[in-house]
Amino acid sequence: MKVVLIDYGAGNIQSIQFALQRLGIVALLSKDPNEIRSADKVIFPGVGQASFAMKKLKEASLDSVIPELTQPVLGICLGMQLMCDATEEGNTKGLGIFKTKALRFNQNLKVPQVGWNEIRGLKSPLFEGVNEETYMYLVHSYYVPLTAYTIAQTTYGLPYSSGLRKDNFFGVQFHPEKSSKAGSVILQNFLNLTND
Amino acid sequence: MLTKRIIPCLDIKNGRTVKGVNFINLRDAGDPVELAKLYAETGADELVFLDISATEERRRTLTDLVKRVAKEVDIPFTVGGGVSSIEEAGVLLRSGADKIAVNSAAIKRPALINELSATYGNQCVVAAIDAKCIDEQWKVHLMGGKIPTDLELFAWAEEMESRGAGEILFTSMDHDGTKNGFANEALRKLSERLEIPIIASGGAGEISHFKDVFVEGKADAALAASVFHFKEINLAELKQYLKQNGIAVRLH
Repeated sequence: MKVVLIDYGAGNIQSIQFALQRLGIVALLSKDPNEIRSADKVIFPGVGQASFAMKKLKEASLDSVIPELTQPVLGICLGMQLMCDATEEGNTKGLGIFKTKALRFNQNLKVPQVGWNEIRGLKSPLFEGVNEETYMYLVHSYYVPLTAYTIAQTTYGLPYSSGLRKDNFFGVQFHPEKSSKAGSVILQNFLNLTND
Repeated sequence: MLTKRIIPCLDIKNGRTVKGVNFINLRDAGDPVELAKLYAETGADELVFLDISATEERRRTLTDLVKRVAKEVDIPFTVGGGVSSIEEAGVLLRSGADKIAVNSAAIKRPALINELSATYGNQCVVAAIDAKCIDEQWKVHLMGGKIPTDLELFAWAEEMESRGAGEILFTSMDHDGTKNGFANEALRKLSERLEIPIIASGGAGEISHFKDVFVEGKADAALAASVFHFKEINLAELKQYLKQNGIAVRLH
């Protein structure tokens, strides 16, 4: 199985690569559109600032490549937010896969949210074998509201989307690569997805 | 619900844990990776590695260690100790560290925090502050608490936040090593004045101190070293105790 980890210069992709290695998968790091298109599975990571990351994606012409992919794609953290229409962070326009917008957490909460929080309302093969209210590690200042695409939710001040799905596109707000055993189950489930 | 975090801290010198740790079930208790794995498996929410070596080999040894930890440990970890440039931080982050703790370098050149935050995002920037209460004023100290500065703790923490720090790691020099509990009053003030999470450090001696630091000190996370290394406190028992006392923690 060919797994490509999109390497566009934003984010800590090493951790995801190591997490995949623990599952016996050696992922290819690439920003080459042909490599990405020919992968069986694509992981779209993201850590850092949204407008900087979008700029990096555009420089590699990936803003037009990613939305047209047909194999399973998993956006992680900022990767998931960039798959939305837009984010309030730096008033950044996203890839427009999920028709929704990431908003900043309310002022009277500690921002960023840092730490372990529960995921609930799990409804996708991505969460097979994962119990409701399992703890996942999250670090973020912006959140995606509940939408028709929501496949997992978490509460911080209010309930929001910690997992999204539209067709072959999946997004998770938490870091499965840093979420202990339950996180690796989710990564394994993603690798097990079939393209139907 | 977002849980309170328990963070064991490992002091590292030349790639090895510094304090003689007392774990008979480890093949090599001096190996930070072995210890880190044990903590991750028994309930640690995150780990902090503080490098205190001063050799020219330091950077390479630390980078190698970060890679080994990232390969084997599946919870987040922070690395600190002498990081003074975005290049140096970048090497550690690309090697698999989740966050970088910056202490003295930020006092010498505060713009480092802006640069780190703008380049890698505020989620990976931990401003570490050592302070001591002198004549009822909390004064920030340099070089692991050896050298006093003119900076006042609360103003300095606010400056770190406004420059882009994502978390504050506050160590009270007055409490560190005493095992008499955390600096809850100062912690509470920090937590109420700042929007970013506060990690409490210095003073852990018994399990009730962790309850106090979350309830009275309003800390978001608590860090300790020797109580875990010398098995005075067991992570799993600590988290059970916190849960029984109504504090949200991650059990597994």
